[in-house]
Amino acid sequence: MTMRRLINLKRVEARRIYLTYAVVIVAYAVCQVMSSTKFLSSSMRGMLVPICAYMVMAVSLNLVVGVLGELSLGHAGFMSVGAFSGVAAAIIMQKTITYAPLRLAVAMIIAAIFAAIAGFLIGIPVLRLKGDYLAIVTLAFGEIIKSVLNNFYLGMDSGGLHFSMLTDTTRLLKGGRLIIRGPMGISGIQKIATFPAGFILLMISLMIVFNLVNSRSGRAFMAIRDDRIAAESIGLDITKYKMMAFVMSAALAGAAGALFAMNYSTIVANKFDFNTSILILVFVVLGGQGNMLGSIIAAAALTILPEKLRQFSEYRMLLYAVILIVTMLATNNAEIKEFLGRLNPFRRKEEAE
Amino acid sequence: MTKAKTKYIPVPSRAILPERDIARDPVLECVNLGITLGGIKAVDDFNLTIGRTEIAGLIGPNGAGKTTVFNLLTKVYQPTTGTILLNGRDTHGMDTRQVNKAGIARTFQNIRLFKNLSVADNVKVAMNNEMRYNMLSAILRLPNYKREEIAAHRRALKLLSIFDMQNMADVPAGSLPYGAQRRLEIVRALATNPTLLLLDEPAAGMNPSETAELLDSIRKVHEMFQIAIILIEHDMSLVMNICDGICVLNFGQIIAKGTPDEIQNNPAVIEAYLGRKKEG
Amino acid sequence: MIFLNFLISGISLGSIYAIIALGYTMVYGIAKMLNFAHGDVIMVGAYVCFYAVSRYGLNPFAGVALAMLVCTVLGMVVERLAYKPLRQAPSLAVLITAIGMSYFLQNTALLLWSSNPKVFPSIIGRGAFKLFDGRLSVSHVTVLTIASCVVIMAVLSLFIGKTRLGKAMRACSEDKGAAQLMGINVNATISLTFAIGSGLAAIAGALLCSAYPTLMPTTGALPGIKAFTAAVFGGIGSIPGAFLGGIMLGVIEIFAKAYISSQLSDAVVFAVLIIVLLVKPAGLLGRMTQEKV
Repeated sequence: MTMRRLINLKRVEARRIYLTYAVVIVAYAVCQVMSSTKFLSSSMRGMLVPICAYMVMAVSLNLVVGVLGELSLGHAGFMSVGAFSGVAAAIIMQKTITYAPLRLAVAMIIAAIFAAIAGFLIGIPVLRLKGDYLAIVTLAFGEIIKSVLNNFYLGMDSGGLHFSMLTDTTRLLKGGRLIIRGPMGISGIQKIATFPAGFILLMISLMIVFNLVNSRSGRAFMAIRDDRIAAESIGLDITKYKMMAFVMSAALAGAAGALFAMNYSTIVANKFDFNTSILILVFVVLGGQGNMLGSIIAAAALTILPEKLRQFSEYRMLLYAVILIVTMLATNNAEIKEFLGRLNPFRRKEEAE
Repeated sequence: MTKAKTKYIPVPSRAILPERDIARDPVLECVNLGITLGGIKAVDDFNLTIGRTEIAGLIGPNGAGKTTVFNLLTKVYQPTTGTILLNGRDTHGMDTRQVNKAGIARTFQNIRLFKNLSVADNVKVAMNNEMRYNMLSAILRLPNYKREEIAAHRRALKLLSIFDMQNMADVPAGSLPYGAQRRLEIVRALATNPTLLLLDEPAAGMNPSETAELLDSIRKVHEMFQIAIILIEHDMSLVMNICDGICVLNFGQIIAKGTPDEIQNNPAVIEAYLGRKKEG
Repeated sequence: MIFLNFLISGISLGSIYAIIALGYTMVYGIAKMLNFAHGDVIMVGAYVCFYAVSRYGLNPFAGVALAMLVCTVLGMVVERLAYKPLRQAPSLAVLITAIGMSYFLQNTALLLWSSNPKVFPSIIGRGAFKLFDGRLSVSHVTVLTIASCVVIMAVLSLFIGKTRLGKAMRACSEDKGAAQLMGINVNATISLTFAIGSGLAAIAGALLCSAYPTLMPTTGALPGIKAFTAAVFGGIGSIPGAFLGGIMLGVIEIFAKAYISSQLSDAVVFAVLIIVLLVKPAGLLGRMTQEKV
């Protein structure tokens, strides 16, 4: 084997990271210009924030699925925790922090903290399991979070915060406000989420994930993914690193949830169900495990696609399903893979060097 | 981790050590070590003492339990009986990670590299426990992150250069040729600063010239780091050439211990390998 | 007496979960994949049965037989088109394909049969046995459901344990390569597994909709997830495990609904699952396989 044919990983990785940042920045600039020149339809403009939120979701899930190598089917649960805690925090702070972008930022941080706590609590039992069993337990937790939030009541009055489960027994004083209303969720949300905020959150998430992956922790995540037994044999604390990735992923998902929720006037827990978890997983797998740029592109494409398929009205979800299946079949076909590999300009250059 | 009470029974008559290590405490003492797997005593009454700078060979026919001994030493399996003393410390109740921290590093019979990581990262990940910066420094790229990473990279290249692999540092480990993968596993194990290195068939699948190179490399490692090495190997020329002492296993039990010369002429060993001649 | 009533409806619901879980467990055992589209095969079976009976006036049992036929073919076609080309692909790719297939089936059903819920006629009427002077009433559907489940379990265990094809299935689930070398047609065996699982899904669909008579394109989704949970609960890959897991899940769900809270019953079910997996990480009857070092 000649050394020339081997890929220089360091160079490929560095290039991929800079490319990702560049693509995100250029895409943001283009969208801003298009939206200020009224080039974007209003429906597309309305999707900018959700797309950012989904991108952050995809990047954060990719940390667990692609980098750590564990399948999680309950990622929407963390988004949900973040959405509810973030929005509730924003409502509570409405009077104290009047500057909306600052309130949004603080709400997202609080959302991230709550989601991280949820991630930690769930991680304790989940991370003792392996493979498909771990996946099913994350699914179970996602459903539990949904059920609990569906039956959770939170109110605020002059006496402070009150909460109850199952039925509303908060007994608020006059002038109080019931913030979370069980299955009715939260309504009357001030839509303070903006596209620039989404862009900043995405850039921060990318920075956190990339810098984490290219550090001792990231190496440990990938080592555990590639070979758990060897990772133990060189003294890595498997549980600690799994927990670190899981909690970080949950925190980012929480911030994304808060951003997402504050783009709408009403949110309900049922929005963040199993199907949402699956949707995000599809972004990750389609974009390529461990490939953050791929996740981002897949999240954007698959969020816009159903919109663009609207002209096919009732056939659109069917088409979506077909596209999903065909893409999976095509990307896992050896012949097609080789063909695409030959098209890839980077690969070619690398081989020629 | 609470240490369970396990008394150490001295059995000096069973221990043999190279002369140069006599004055120092042994690095490893196994006393009456055994494990039952699926109702079968895979290893039984295993007693072995390894000197501070000894190179020991663990040989025996296929299925004799050699790799199981390594798995016991590294706590992949918890022993059902007996004691393992590492640098005088009882390893009872420790897991694989703790045993590594206490000083045992190993390679695997069927290579277990982190295939998608670069060669340098395979080595650096093994230095994880000695690197001193936290997640926050990593995310914010603080000065101590840079300092530690540069130091680790330098040390990784230095270790790789023992096996003349420093120019492959940025290549994915999975794409290395077979022999290089075996050598990288040894480098990775060394990066954890072991006092005892376990090599599981390091020469498997190598041609004679590669084996000769490996022999030189193991000697070099031994001289540089002054550590103890146990190796499982089927290549007798390698074992007889490099080992101070040899321990022969058959059916999970030690059938002979001694210097290479003694082992070569031991009738029990010859029988285990070649079978008994039928009389008449 | 109320307790007994809940217990019986729990066992009945659990029987349906068990029948669906069998499909998950068999496919997992042999193809090592989570067939997410399995829940939607149930829905297809229920629709076929519904139209055969209410539109074309077929005898209900003939309707179920027709549904089994359709689902068996459907299961084999899905396997051939979507899963077989991915035999060597990473498991996540297969999972996503299965999810795509699930969306595909749901949306095809939406186009064919619209989203309006259909009221499913019970396949054996709405009668009930009265016991203890009418204090305990057990509907015919319940009895049929439990009986079907027991019969299916018995027949399937015999099939897997005693017949040549069953042995081939067990061999494939242990080691496909070795099975191939022994002259077993692995592809045909996997296809057969999908066929059996899907045929059972049709029965489950008819029984499910007889007990809970609203039929929609999404009818199969939630029972699918719960049956999958049941399969994991019992130890995925194990047939008695699927039976035990299904029954237990059904009973827990009904009891949680009755005694804790109907809104939180799903949360209780999943919480019990988590606790079981923490105590027995491979499920109730599953085997823990240790990786060879």
